[in-house]
Parts: sequence; structure tokens; C-alpha cells
Amino acid sequence: MSTIIQEAKFTCALGAQQSVLGIPGAVPVIHAGPGCSQRQFSYLSVGSGYQGEGYTGGGQIPCTNSSQSEVVFGGEKKLAKLLDATYKVMKGDLYVVLSGCTAGIVGDDVKQVTYDHSTKEHPTVGVDTSGFRGNNYKGHNIVIEGIIDQLLEEAQPNVRKGLVNVFSVVPFQDPYWRGDLEEIKRILEGLGLEVNILFGYGSKGVSEWYDIPNAELNIVLSPWVGLGAAKLCERRFGTPYLHNPVLPVGLKDTSAFLRKVAETLSLDREKTEDFIKSEERRYKQYFVSMGDVLSDYAPYLPYDLYLIDDSAYGLGTARFCTNELGMIPQAFFDIDVPPATAKELIQASLEEIDEAWKDKLIDEPDNAIIRKAVEQRIAIRQTKSLIFGSSWDKDLAERTDNILIFHSAPITDNVILNKTYVGYNGGLNLMQDIYSGVFNRKKVSNLTHGETERERNTYGTAKTGGSN
Amino acid sequence: MANATGVAEVEIRDTRLKSIMAFHGKASELQEFSRQLKKPAADRCFTQCSDCAQMCAGTVTNHVRGSAVVYHSPMGCFANTPVQNEATYNAALARGLEPFDVRSVCSNISEKDTIYGGLKKLRDAVKLAYDRFVPTCIFIQSSCAAGIVGDDIESVADEMAEELGIPIVPVFCEGFKSKAWSTGFDAGYHGILRKIAQKPEKRQKDLVNIFNFLGTDTFTPMLAKIGLRPNYLVPLADLETLRTMTEAACSTEVCETLGTYITTVLEEEFGVPKVHAPSPYGIKWTDEWYREIARLTGKTDIVEKVIEEEHKRIQPELDELKKELAGLKVYIYAGDSYAHNLGSLVHDLGVEIVGMTTLHHDMKIDGEDAQHSTLQEMIDVAGDIEEFTVCNKQPYEVIKHLKKVKPDFMIVRHMNMTILAAKLGIPSIFEGEINVSAGYDGLLLTGRRIKDLIKAKKILATLAEYNEFPYTDWWLDQEENYI
Repeated sequence: MSTIIQEAKFTCALGAQQSVLGIPGAVPVIHAGPGCSQRQFSYLSVGSGYQGEGYTGGGQIPCTNSSQSEVVFGGEKKLAKLLDATYKVMKGDLYVVLSGCTAGIVGDDVKQVTYDHSTKEHPTVGVDTSGFRGNNYKGHNIVIEGIIDQLLEEAQPNVRKGLVNVFSVVPFQDPYWRGDLEEIKRILEGLGLEVNILFGYGSKGVSEWYDIPNAELNIVLSPWVGLGAAKLCERRFGTPYLHNPVLPVGLKDTSAFLRKVAETLSLDREKTEDFIKSEERRYKQYFVSMGDVLSDYAPYLPYDLYLIDDSAYGLGTARFCTNELGMIPQAFFDIDVPPATAKELIQASLEEIDEAWKDKLIDEPDNAIIRKAVEQRIAIRQTKSLIFGSSWDKDLAERTDNILIFHSAPITDNVILNKTYVGYNGGLNLMQDIYSGVFNRKKVSNLTHGETERERNTYGTAKTGGSN
Repeated sequence: MANATGVAEVEIRDTRLKSIMAFHGKASELQEFSRQLKKPAADRCFTQCSDCAQMCAGTVTNHVRGSAVVYHSPMGCFANTPVQNEATYNAALARGLEPFDVRSVCSNISEKDTIYGGLKKLRDAVKLAYDRFVPTCIFIQSSCAAGIVGDDIESVADEMAEELGIPIVPVFCEGFKSKAWSTGFDAGYHGILRKIAQKPEKRQKDLVNIFNFLGTDTFTPMLAKIGLRPNYLVPLADLETLRTMTEAACSTEVCETLGTYITTVLEEEFGVPKVHAPSPYGIKWTDEWYREIARLTGKTDIVEKVIEEEHKRIQPELDELKKELAGLKVYIYAGDSYAHNLGSLVHDLGVEIVGMTTLHHDMKIDGEDAQHSTLQEMIDVAGDIEEFTVCNKQPYEVIKHLKKVKPDFMIVRHMNMTILAAKLGIPSIFEGEINVSAGYDGLLLTGRRIKDLIKAKKILATLAEYNEFPYTDWWLDQEENYI
């Protein structure tokens, strides 16, 4: 695994400002140099499918824009003044101060400053997200744990039956997070649960965070991100958690996940099965309607599978593609620098589906190295491949005549709104996009087996319905 | 600026050019403050995120063909690279050149490096960039973390330049050092002047240095009319072009904020005369620019005829455009100097300038006196502007000006700032590429763009209807423009 990076798949811990923006009504306040916040916006909003500044993001984010004097004399005073002014100017239900490298190195105590400023009217928490502390996956953990730790310092749990909190994908870093969270919420509500989804347009906002201690169960849908928050809740409020490392994609894993939740919460079995059955019935009909394409074009479909993804997205998608679509595992490049325990979980979960996943999980955050490895493998295999990647991989896919799904940041080729790649709907969306690739003949040919251009054209008439 | 290149770091604009970040009043009043070098207003207490010198340094050093860039920083400072990559690739295509990708790596400074120092990592990163890209030269971008910890980047650069046999250019662009992000331009140029530029062996009498951003090839046809060639600098140029820019007949720029530091040093230390005329935006400024370049290159005899013919050529369409655009009100949000360029430009289209915000203001200018600042030149051609402000983005402030003067459209030159207008239902030209607006044809093109732009009003009206701002009523009702 390289530490020096050419093609970035994430930004620094301060990128968690975007996680704060993911909470409706929350305002990030940046205590850092003048350019830091903009960089996060550039990578995680523009560079992640043009997600926009939204309600409080982009250039609107309050920032100390720390300069020489804060570096020499410390920046706590400036932060204190900024906070007072922020309360006057910016509407907010929660203010989260995130510090950057300048404050981190000179040792500003942001937690203390925010503690001194926080009131009932303007609840404020502070976390150290200095860029050198790690990537924004880590930053996301720091933020959610910081909010729970500080906002809910005095909270007493009053458990409400059927209420669950969900910790899963990282807002903005997952380009599809908005759609994904809507889908996760939808399927859990399908079980009759009340869901604090915590981020996104389907969240009630900060009130959901106040409600965290009252949940009957915390659900972690990721191999490691969010796990610390769930453990913190267990220590603090006694809330049990269900750690489902697999972010479910498609029918099998989604149904399995829902059954696991139902079982953990001892939900009514019949009701659970009714919901799952109705979802599956719908899904299966869609799947079967793909049958014509799958059978007509069987020799031309992609079967070799490469994933360039974070732990959560990669694991869920890898399982779906091998379990339901019958793809042949080639490599899963895990980009988020997961801890060792998570790696073991991911490996075991993959091999549970297909032994061919053995030795195919590779930790590598530099996409330049990944691209090279994928290209070398494709050259050996000579099989139509499916690559889950990003805009970094566009040239590779075009050059090697393979299908690319824009699946992880950076994505500068598509505008993304409410699309999901998780759950039942995510499985269907994936199939739609994967097999559309076969018809994207400007970029992907069907000359896989040495067919000539002429044969391809004949084959093209078959595509339009001619008989030959 | 005697012996500017004799020191490792260029003096920041805050002290060298007396840059300011806050002002509200008339354009002429700001010009008066500038003449007296008097800070017109106190700093803000509430600030929204600004931008830093590292970003501007990148616009100079990240697009040199054949080069590599090492960010000596944590990953966050490196986060513009995907967007930059798109820009470089597309800009090369637009200029009719072979496209290429940005070739950069990040040393990825960790917590440990902030304690024990990050120089080993920097060396490894430089070596990796050298091995992986086989570059002609390597730029090292510093960062807040590296700067505060005190990593001696200069020594590593010198050692490794010797070891690898290529120029290695340290760029001191730590974000915390200057409040004016444009300081980053100077930091990038300073490195190039110190480590790459050579004393000229000859003069190329028909070569004109054009300091620009990633822009299209506007200047070949413009200069060809008086028998000259543009030497586009620095983005998309290669190492040899940077080495020999000192041989040019003269230097000019598309924006004074971008270029005056390097054009002044080239004049003072390398003998390349600087074009003392505003950039070619709008008719009068283009005329003056042509005349001044002609004077420096011995083309005075033919330039008047060119100007006359050009005026005649564009007049019919310009008349049409003026008719169509009559009555429109514009707000300009850019610069420092580029806002003034735009002022000169739109005035010639007969559009009324109802307000202007520049993103900072240099009260002094490298190599030019206050009388010839672009601010004064703009006031001279376009008249005074009543609603004039200086602020480094700060949408909470600009929203008030926009609500007050209600422009029909905006011209904006900073990423992520058109959205403010859009949320109010006002369409903007995002002036990302500015070469296209230069010269007589740039004037016509701007007019045509405005004509089309107005069509965006309907969809943006929907956006405005659905949008909600995060500002309190208290703030929106305040008389003050900022706190």
C-alpha cells in the first residue's frame, strides 16, 4: 500500500465538513487556513458528481481563514469571535466546529472553545479534523462520534420500541449517498421500523441526532465506518448494535439484511416476510425482464469483475456481482485504508460467496497504481470486463474496450441526483447501468472474440430485431 | 523590487502591495484610498471560507507540459487535482495542443510527520515523481502543515536537483501566510524566475510574452495583425519556453493581478520590457494595448491602420448587439484587476454596470503607479461605480448588494460563486476562461454570450422559487454589509 499518492480517492479528515452538511440544519464552522474548506468542496461536491453547495455549503461555510497571527498567537480567540458572529448570521440547529492543520499544529483547543460557547439555543460541538490526522473516512468517524459525545453529553435514554439509528455510507464521499440513504430508510420502514437515518434529505435533521439515545438498536452498515459511534452509544446509552459489514445490494443480501434486523429486534415474522416477499416479487420481475438481453448477448456480456471502491460499497457490490450476476472475481482494490479487523471481515465475507475471492482483496489508496494493475490483468485475461471505478479510470476503460460504472469519487463525468446503488433498487439500477454498457457502442465494442467490424455490424442488426 | 529573485520567498501582497479585503463605497473613493495607501475599512469579524495562495500557485505551476508537481501536504490540499485534471486536458484541446494530464503526487503528510518532520517523505515523493513521470522539472508546493512544522523544502529541492539533474522548484504558497490568495501567483512565478528562467542570450523581436490562465489561442490572430507571435505563459508551456521567456520582445498579461509581479521582474532583472497599458478588454484598452506593444516592437507604423480596420470590422455587429442588450444591468464579481477589465468590456456593449465586487484589492501595483491602476483606467473609460465593494467571496455580504441593485445578470470569475446569483434567479456568465473575452472579437463574443445567457432566467426563476437561504432575518435586515 502506498502512502505517497498520485490519484486521490479521498481527501483529508477536514472533508468531514461535508458530513456535517449532510445533516439538515447543521452548520459546519471551519477553523483552518483560508483554502481548506474550498478544497473539500472541490473534491467532495464538484468532484463527486456535481452535488452542489446545497443549503449551507460551498462558499457559505463560516471559516476563521486562519492567517499568520493565529499561527503565532493561537486562534482560539478568533474562533470564539467567529462563533458569536455565526450565531447571528447563520440559521442553524447545530454548529459543528472542525479544525484543520493550522489549529491542530499550534494546539488550539476547539473542544473547549465550543464547550464554552454551546447553549441550548445554539448547540455547538468541536472536533479536531486536522488534515494530517487521516482521510475523510476517519474524519467522518471523528465528527459523528464528536457529535454524539458532546451534543448528547447529558442525554438519558428513553428507549422507543421500533426506533433504529443507521450508520452507513459517508455523505458526498459516496457520490450516491442521498439515494442510498433514502433506499435504506425505505426498506427499514418497510419492516415497520422508525428510522433515524441521520443524514440526507430523508432525515428530519438535528432532532434525529437528539433522538439517538432512544433507539432500540443501532445498525452499522459498513465494515468499519460508524462502528465506533455504535460502540460509543452502547457504552453511553446501553444501546445494542447490529454490525452488518455488508452494505446490501440486490435481492439476496438485502433480504438477508432485513431478516437479520427483524430477528435482532424480534419483529413479527409474518409482517417481515410479507414485506420482503412483495419487494422480491417486484425485483424478480425486473430481473426476468433483463433475461432477453442476458441470453441474446451472452457471449458479449462482461464477466470479469474489478472493483475500485471503499470497504462498504466494494464489499456489498462485490457480493452482489458474484452472487447474483455470476461475475468472476478479479480484484477488489479497497481504497479507504481500513483497519486490520475490517480487512479480515471483508475477506471472510467475500469468500463466503465465492472462494475465487481468495487473495483478490488489495489495500491501495493510489488509483494510479490500481489502474496499472487492472490494465495488466485485463491484458492477460482478454475477457470483457466490468470495472467499478471513477473518472480516473475512464481512459483505461475506453482503451481496453470495457465497461466502466462510475461508482466512487472522483466523478466529473456525470451529474448525480437521487440515484442509488444499494438495496433492492440499487441492484436494479446497477443491472440497468452494467448491461446498458453493452450497447454503448461509441465507447464499448463487441469485438471481444476477434469479430471483425463487419460481423459487428451484422450483429448490430440482430440487436435491432432483424433475424439472420 | 530590487533583486527580487535573490531571496527564497516573494514578499506577500498584504505588505508588498497593501492588499485589502474589505471596502464599500464608490469606485472613485477606493481609488482615493489607494492613492493614499490608507486602509479603508476594518476586517470582518464574520467570514465565510475564502481561498488560499496554494490554489493560485497551482494555476501557475500545475499545467507545465512535461513537468511534475509534488504537493508536500496532507491529502486535503491535493483535493483539487481531479477537477484540475479535467481543466488541463480540455484547455490544451481548446488551444489546439496535444492534451495531457496533470502529473502530481502528494507526500500525504501524517501526524507523525508533523512531529518528526516530513523531509524524508518529501524526498521519497520527489523521487517517485521523477521515476514515474520522467519529468523535465518538478515543482514542490508547500502547505500550512509543512510551513508551520518548518520543513526545509528549499534544501531538499537543491539537493535533489543536483542528484536528479533537473530543475526542482520550491513554491512557498502556504495558505496561512497571506490573506490575498493571489500571493500564490507570485509564489509560483518566483520559483520559476529563480530556478528556471535563464539570462537571455538573444532577443526574439517578434515574440510577446502573454501571461494567462488556461485559455484558448486568442492572441495568435490578434498579434499576427502586427506581425508578432504570442508566447503563452505559464500554463501549457514547456520547460524550454519558461527558460527562454527572457528572450521575448516584451511581456503583457490578461489580468494585472495575475501578471504584474513576473512582468515587472522580467523587466527589472532580465531586460524584457513590460507593456504599460491595460489588458486588451474593451475597445479603448485594446487600442492602447496594441499601440504600446507596437511601440515596444517597432510596429508603430502599421498599428494605426490595424486599429482602424478592426474598428470598422466589428462595428456592424457591435451596433446590433448594443441594440439588443440596451437597458440590461450587470453586476461584476471578479478580480481584483479582472473585474476592472470586465468593466471596460461591458461598458462598450452599452450595458449598465450597477455594481462591482472585487475579491481583494491591491492598493499598490508592481511596476505601475496608482494613476495607471486598472481601477483608475476603468473609471476613466466606464465612469464611476456607485456600488463598489471589496470582499474575498463572502456570499453573506454580496447577497445584500445583489438584492439592492437587482442586476439582470452577473459576470463572475471565481468557482462556486455564480450559485449565489442563481439562487436569486439571476443568470451569470462564469468567466472561467478569459482569453476568449480579449480583443475586439472578445467584445463581440461577450455580447453574444449575454444574449444567450438571458435565456437561463426561466429555469433559474424556478431555482430561486425552491431555494431557501441559510441567513437569519436579523442579518438580512441589518443595514451593515458585513460584521
